[in-house]
Amino acid sequence: MLDYNTAVVLVGVTALAVTSGVVGTFLVLRRRALAGDALAHASLPGLVGAFLLFERRDLYLLLSGALISALLGIAVIAALRRYTRIKEDAAIGIVLSVFFGAGIVLSRLAQNRTTAGSKAGLDSFLLGKTAGMIYQDALIIVILSLVTLGIVFVLFKELKLVTFDPGFAIAQGWPTLGLDLMILSLVAVNVMIGLPAVGVVLVAALLILPAVSARFWTERLDTMILLAAGFGAIIGITGTFLSASFDRFPAGPVIILTGSFVLGISMLAAPRRGLVVQVIRDYRFRKEIECRALLEEIYEFAEQRSWPTKEQVLHRSGERAALRRLIHQGLVREMGNDHLELTTPGMRRAESVVLGSRLWKMFLDTHPDLAGSLVDLSHESVDEILPPDTVRELNELVRLQGRWPSLSAR
Amino acid sequence: MDILLGRVAFWTMLIGMVAGTSCSVVGCYLVLRRMSLLGDAISHAVLPGIAIGVLMSGQIGGIPSIIGALVFGLLTTLLIEVLHGQGRLTEDSSIGVVFSSLFSIGVIIITREARHKHIDTDCILYGLIEAAPLDLVTIVGFEIPRVMLTLVPVMLVILSLVFCFWKEFKIASFDPVLATAMGISATLVHYLLMSMVAAVTVSSFEAVGSILVIAMLIVPAATAHLLTDRLISMMLVAVAVSWISSVLGYWIAAYVNTSVAGMIAVIAGGQFLLAVLFSPKYGLVSRAFRNGALAVRIMSEDILARLYRLEEKGDSLASSSASHSGAGVVLRWWSDFLLRRQGLVSTEPTGKLSLTESGRHRARELVRAHRLWESYLGENFNLAPDHLHDAAERMEHFIGPKLQERITEELRERDSDPHGRPIPPQ
Repeated sequence: MLDYNTAVVLVGVTALAVTSGVVGTFLVLRRRALAGDALAHASLPGLVGAFLLFERRDLYLLLSGALISALLGIAVIAALRRYTRIKEDAAIGIVLSVFFGAGIVLSRLAQNRTTAGSKAGLDSFLLGKTAGMIYQDALIIVILSLVTLGIVFVLFKELKLVTFDPGFAIAQGWPTLGLDLMILSLVAVNVMIGLPAVGVVLVAALLILPAVSARFWTERLDTMILLAAGFGAIIGITGTFLSASFDRFPAGPVIILTGSFVLGISMLAAPRRGLVVQVIRDYRFRKEIECRALLEEIYEFAEQRSWPTKEQVLHRSGERAALRRLIHQGLVREMGNDHLELTTPGMRRAESVVLGSRLWKMFLDTHPDLAGSLVDLSHESVDEILPPDTVRELNELVRLQGRWPSLSAR
Repeated sequence: MDILLGRVAFWTMLIGMVAGTSCSVVGCYLVLRRMSLLGDAISHAVLPGIAIGVLMSGQIGGIPSIIGALVFGLLTTLLIEVLHGQGRLTEDSSIGVVFSSLFSIGVIIITREARHKHIDTDCILYGLIEAAPLDLVTIVGFEIPRVMLTLVPVMLVILSLVFCFWKEFKIASFDPVLATAMGISATLVHYLLMSMVAAVTVSSFEAVGSILVIAMLIVPAATAHLLTDRLISMMLVAVAVSWISSVLGYWIAAYVNTSVAGMIAVIAGGQFLLAVLFSPKYGLVSRAFRNGALAVRIMSEDILARLYRLEEKGDSLASSSASHSGAGVVLRWWSDFLLRRQGLVSTEPTGKLSLTESGRHRARELVRAHRLWESYLGENFNLAPDHLHDAAERMEHFIGPKLQERITEELRERDSDPHGRPIPPQ
């Protein structure tokens, strides 16, 4: 099944996707995800312009032209941001569309001038074509990938600092601008070698998809880079096989959709940031809060009068479920004639909940100015959040007002 | 000439102008709200909706395509918000990921179907405005291009929405917090705006194609943003820019035989470049020119003041001063030239400069301003005498008659500065 041509393409695309993952990590963390997109779109006029100028379809010549106009595009974005009132988003949009428009204009001119055969050649740069990749192309991709990975490995500490704390890096006298440009040129080279395979329109997505997927699984940069490289490999291998089996589809969209699939899985299934886990966590938390509220209500009812009946504390349908949970946990027990009573562990738990809630309310009363920044009512106890002397003061106040929960002592 | 002014030319330019009008009006809000890239994302991501619409109706730009595009436009906004909010990704990453995925789906559907049905992929992706006037329908006896049937209604809907919700859109764009406080739902405005982006995108598809729609959305609006500060004039300028792009873009493209859509984007970009350079208020060249004019004024005034002080001591100034270098030489030369032309300074036969009567009058005002300011600073701020001169040297150019009067009042008719030199009378 794995013939020579497919093997060549497989090696090339995989190397490309792995490097994209590594370089893209820095791009995503630096919040420059769309700079790659602008770079890719801005490369089109240079690519076609080189073809028109030299009238040759030499891949490396075209890519050099592409690199020049891509860098020009990035420079224009930076200049617009620096010297005009145009904001970055509009600057990216303008460069992206105007350069791309110029590219389309030039490519139509190229079509007029040459035969249909070369037209197809230029067209494949828009949405990508892996089938045409030959041994030399794959070799160049692999070499450039190794160089890129080597640079990232050697400069890892510097790149990490610039990514997370550029202000500190500047204060420490690091060449921040140089490192930023280094990242950007790695991106540029990566986009150029990706152009023939994935195409102008989508090559930037290959940079961000593995990195964004990896972000869901980890909080550490080194792990994230390794994961992004791994996801890149998965995308490269799967994407190659898929685009080989659906010959008539352009390769770019097929590879990108493979990446979207990896992202979808990561987004749903990741252990801490994944959506499934988040939904479960939210659900549990809501249940927990309902239980606490019901415990508090039963306790305060008993404090003032006697053990309540079900009708006296159950007002909404959610509270019925909370009651079932409390009974199941052995904190509340049902007496005859529909009365409810706290068990001994239930009493301990309820007193802790009630005390926490009264201390929080006291804190809100006495320090309303701090409320916004400090209060987290979802925490049962104040101790973990407020400083110890404030906690002592609050305890004292609650005792003085006679609101210290002491039902168990009666 | 027929290619530039014939029937096809007329319709092509008109299609471009109608599409440009809706796009640039909506684009103004995108640029002001800093959501240009969301517009870019939507214009890419509606592709699957259009493709599905095409599958159902067999034509681009029909009602099914518009509905499909609206659904996917809103879906894009929603997905980006989920990734950004629940997934805690940065906004730019979310945008990049969502639009490229949806765009890929669209491309695959279209390439799959292009073999069965008569759909031109190039037309959807890169726009084929020049072919649109060939597909005619007859409406009440008139033959008009079919695309006008969607372009015109969409434009009318957009314009009437903007007209009806003018105040709401404006407040929500400039001050979302105030809008919320006034009971205008920022979320509703946001989604309404995104639906408008989706609608103009799909209706403009045949004119400029999926990728170049963003040029029509952002570039005229950004150009107008450089030229004006009022929302209404910004929209009018943006529309004008898009009309110029359509007309010139078509003519040039027809002349050199290339893609009209691409050329429209290029012409819009050219106008943007002109605005960047020459906008009266924000242009780089005009700003440099204003700074230069100010520098010349300050230099001339410094020369006048210096001549006046030398006259006080009974001395005069050699015409060429060696203390300037580089750009300073040019500045000095130009200032000298202007002073002579205005008749404020004259050259004596010995080559020295001296003040004319009107020059002396002007110089006296300046020196008066300078010494008043020194006195004022000395009186009120308790600075050492050698710290007064530099501040006054900068301020003297900006103290008009009114401020002079107030300072005089406050100093109660002092007639000498802290260095003991007389303050010249008015």
